[in-house]
Amino acid sequence: MVQMVDICKEYPGVRALDKVNFRVRKGEIRALIGENGAGKSTLMKILTGAESPTSGEIFLDGHPIDRMTPAISERLGIACVYQNLFLAEHLTVAENVWMGCFPSRLGLVSKKRLVEKTRKVLAEIGYQEVIDPSDRVKDLTASQQGMVAIVRAISRDARVVIFDEPTAVLAEREVEELFRVIRLLQQKHLAVIYISHRLEEIFEVCGTITVLKDGRYAGDAVTAGTTEPELIAMMVGRELTGSHHDPTRKIGGELLRAEHITNERLNDCSITVREGEIVGIYGLVGAGRTEFSRALFGGDPITGGTIAIRGEVVALKNPRRAIDRGISLVPEDRRRHGLALQLSVKHNLNLPVYRKNGRLGFVRRKIEREISDRYIRQMSIRTPSADQKVKNLSGGNQQKVVLGKWLANQSRVFIMDEPTNGIDVGAKEEIYSLINQLAQTGSGIICISSYMPELMGLCDRIVVMNNGRTVANVDRTDFQEAHLLRLAIQSADAERVSEK
Amino acid sequence: MMAVIVLWTVLSLRNKYFLTGDNIQNIMLQMAIQGVIGVGAVVVILTGGIDLSVGSVVGIVNILLATLITAGHMPISVGILLVVLLATGFGLINGILVFDLKLPPFIATLGTMTILRGATLLISKGSNVFGLPRAISAFAQDKFLGMPYLFCVLIVVTVVVEFILRRTNFGRYVYALGSNPEAARLSGVNTRLVTYGTYMLAGLLGGVAGSMETARLWMGVPTTGTTYELDAIAVAVLGGASLMGAEGNAYGAFIGALLMTTIYNGAVILGIDANYTKVFVGAVLVITVAVDQLRKRRSGQ
Repeated sequence: MVQMVDICKEYPGVRALDKVNFRVRKGEIRALIGENGAGKSTLMKILTGAESPTSGEIFLDGHPIDRMTPAISERLGIACVYQNLFLAEHLTVAENVWMGCFPSRLGLVSKKRLVEKTRKVLAEIGYQEVIDPSDRVKDLTASQQGMVAIVRAISRDARVVIFDEPTAVLAEREVEELFRVIRLLQQKHLAVIYISHRLEEIFEVCGTITVLKDGRYAGDAVTAGTTEPELIAMMVGRELTGSHHDPTRKIGGELLRAEHITNERLNDCSITVREGEIVGIYGLVGAGRTEFSRALFGGDPITGGTIAIRGEVVALKNPRRAIDRGISLVPEDRRRHGLALQLSVKHNLNLPVYRKNGRLGFVRRKIEREISDRYIRQMSIRTPSADQKVKNLSGGNQQKVVLGKWLANQSRVFIMDEPTNGIDVGAKEEIYSLINQLAQTGSGIICISSYMPELMGLCDRIVVMNNGRTVANVDRTDFQEAHLLRLAIQSADAERVSEK
Repeated sequence: MMAVIVLWTVLSLRNKYFLTGDNIQNIMLQMAIQGVIGVGAVVVILTGGIDLSVGSVVGIVNILLATLITAGHMPISVGILLVVLLATGFGLINGILVFDLKLPPFIATLGTMTILRGATLLISKGSNVFGLPRAISAFAQDKFLGMPYLFCVLIVVTVVVEFILRRTNFGRYVYALGSNPEAARLSGVNTRLVTYGTYMLAGLLGGVAGSMETARLWMGVPTTGTTYELDAIAVAVLGGASLMGAEGNAYGAFIGALLMTTIYNGAVILGIDANYTKVFVGAVLVITVAVDQLRKRRSGQ
């Protein structure tokens, strides 16, 4: 029914998809799996017209589609149910279902007809008794909201329905219910594409599987004829792009120890880092890595657990306390959380240390200038002057400004969340060698990354996170892609089994 | 600045009275109060906030000061100190509403604006307060080196606030907060104190402006200061402040006040209908900001 042939997608400096082939037939439920950044979302965005491919062809029922936009895609019957659903919460179920194509007469929408038509589609999945068309969407449960999104797809005569991590917000029982409806769609001869990290779900509901790896097609499989270890083996097996690990570093005393950290998003997370040590945090998207890093930095409150710095238990009520204790955070989204973009390089570099270096609240401009000059030189930040606005720098140089500001603060623990995100290859190498330099001078580094080879090349240890908890602490000698990925994926299954 | 020079040149060519000492002193006098609250508005706008309450602060300060001095027999200096402190307190309330209760600044200060205006009318029972000593009005009329005292106050305020913004940690934090509050917080900036500080500074300047207004009016008028908050914002924006935060300075507000006053003054001199003047000022405001936006987009490309 849908066939995607040799799809390539290039972003400046990155090839997100490289000659990917993908097909799904009528009445088929096909899983699309792969590690973080394997290109699943990009591929589906191309299918729904949200992104256009650099090259490659899409066929629908054997007819080539030469142009794909969200509107065309919807008319062709391709619908997507996202993990965070895009519904207008304050409107009713009926309004949400028909949004964008209200059944109207002369521009007037008949409420009665709207409700009637909605009830009819709800009946198709057996929900006419459960959801009332005039309910407001915000009053429904997460799983019912998901059903509204599905009904919306059916109402438009969808022929292909894409589920993108649909179970992330659902409880066990609701997952069963979702699977029932998905099988119903299958019986109606719709094609279903199912994206999930949870392999056991795939074995339960999907018939066939396509595996992506680093933007490439890694193979197809039939669920009945494969096993979890086989699939994991297909998802990994990349070449390590050069090791950045430096075995000469001396590991010293303990800098930071966090134990049993718990809050809204975290459940019993622990990590330690010592002088000169680089510790990685690996986990799938949504495992709670960023939340953990923010909790360690006092950026989000914690409700349980302890943080000790050099053996002394401290309460990090806000980032200021953490900064004064020598902890620093290089956030994942540096433009939103790391930098004041309209301000100068100098201003940004000095931001954490104005407090320390000022006299009676006045800025000592000589020191301010010295600090910015020193760290522009030391970090080789390429900028025409210290007064240049940060927004005019490249991504790599912006990242160096973030790092530089913490060096200026004499921090000893650096928590880096995806430090090479959106940075070109050359600048990446520079960041790696900076991380190593920092460790060499006795700082402790916690490095979060979605890209496993990066962590394996850099770290002494990797802590694996899964579903809001830290589940393993793996030493460098035991680094194995398949092993780490299994920890990141499988423990979720184990937990759900134990909940049963 | 360019706009001011152009306007002055045109006006002085069209009317020989424009560039006389009398008229210049007139402009100085007229722009003083708007300038002071404009400077206050800039500080708040720099953090990405807004203060709509300043006009009502001027009003309540005017009534309270007049009442304290006439009915309360309080020395002028003590009275001024007291009302300025009180105005700073109103600013702190705004800061708490905005930071701790997370109200949008527009709504928070709209609330305090309405409350304070109501309180002013209650205190004065809606009638003017007369009987202020001559010394007060003398302050509005006397001059120092040819400049009215009120204008001197504006100069001092501009210089001091400009200094605070440029040379103190607080000033650096104000810009950082306006550019990216989350980045500022994660860089160890005490965003609570900075937010309090900006609204308190705006309140304080509202108190100063209210005292100046009392000197200028030589009485307490319960409705005075109405729509001053909008003048203050216009002055700040004309002076180059961006409502998105992190752009602008105190000196800009001074120029903005000069520009606006020049337009009003010029219109009077040329005998243009005052109602047309309003239209013109509004147009200038829109055009100035539009031109600024265009220029920025150009340089961005």
